[in-house]
Amino acid sequence: MPAVGLGHYLAVAAILFTLGTVGIFLNRKNVIVILMSVELMLLAVNLNLIAFAAQLGDLTGQIFTMFVLTVAAAEAAIGLAIIVVYFRNRGSIEVDDVRMMRG
Amino acid sequence: MIVTLAFYAFAAVLIAAAAMVVLARNPVHAVLYLILAFFNAAALFLLAGAEFLAMILVIVYVGAVAVLFLFVVMMLDVNFAELREGFVRYLPIGAVVGVILAAELLFLASVWSLSAEAPRLLAEPVPAGVDNTTALGLILYTDYFYLFQASGVILLVAMIGAIVLTLRDRPGVKRQDVAAQTARRVEDTLALVKMKPGSGMIVVPKPEASRGEERERAVEHTPHGGH
Repeated sequence: MPAVGLGHYLAVAAILFTLGTVGIFLNRKNVIVILMSVELMLLAVNLNLIAFAAQLGDLTGQIFTMFVLTVAAAEAAIGLAIIVVYFRNRGSIEVDDVRMMRG
Repeated sequence: MIVTLAFYAFAAVLIAAAAMVVLARNPVHAVLYLILAFFNAAALFLLAGAEFLAMILVIVYVGAVAVLFLFVVMMLDVNFAELREGFVRYLPIGAVVGVILAAELLFLASVWSLSAEAPRLLAEPVPAGVDNTTALGLILYTDYFYLFQASGVILLVAMIGAIVLTLRDRPGVKRQDVAAQTARRVEDTLALVKMKPGSGMIVVPKPEASRGEERERAVEHTPHGGH
């Protein structure tokens, strides 16, 4: 049982998730900031999982948080590698430019 | 009481830092605010009793992922002012989506209630008298062993993928080629010529003789001869 109520954690996570979503909308052109916004959303999800794990006294939530962290780290590495390759080919990281694969 | 105060302080800084990640003009500042957000989220994890994950968040996220972001932001020579052009244009739709999403999530959080059966259905109850790290280790390497291995495979694939994506062969860079070195044979590079005594040598102009540098070479000297 967390010392602070579960609702407080859920509210913080909800605001964090919303900020991540808004960040994707606001920084439509900058892929790096979009990736950071995705990281914020995953952080909100982790906060929810940990709050529920503490509330219920169940360790499964913490295990899943660890897996989410793993996948998020892998995703960040791959995403940044793609950005580096894209920048090397195009000299820019504008998302609007990503039309090369369009048939 | 002190815990509640700490929670509100960390939560406020976390949300402010997250807002600055989204709004910062300079992406380097955005990454630094992201690091601040991760630290405060780790503090919230600690307050919820997840010490191990708090430390993992600080070590893996601040130590590796955020620094990776920082590397990429500083390495790419991008005109970031250009990338912010659409900011004002997308502000209204972003605000609308954000308000709707936040209202939905907060509404959900307020009306949500726990099922009466939930306390009976715990998959992994927290063992008594064991600290958080030990408790996690006790189930991570037993009940969740296959998932643990699978996450290891995911990291391996990500590592190989990142290397394959970013490794490039630059033309014109002299690099040691061990295979070519060991495959090289004497016959390919050197020709032994038997000459009659007194026959002398004739001067063969080198192909790049236009540089004005002429050297005496043996007639049968192979063109690829490396001295």
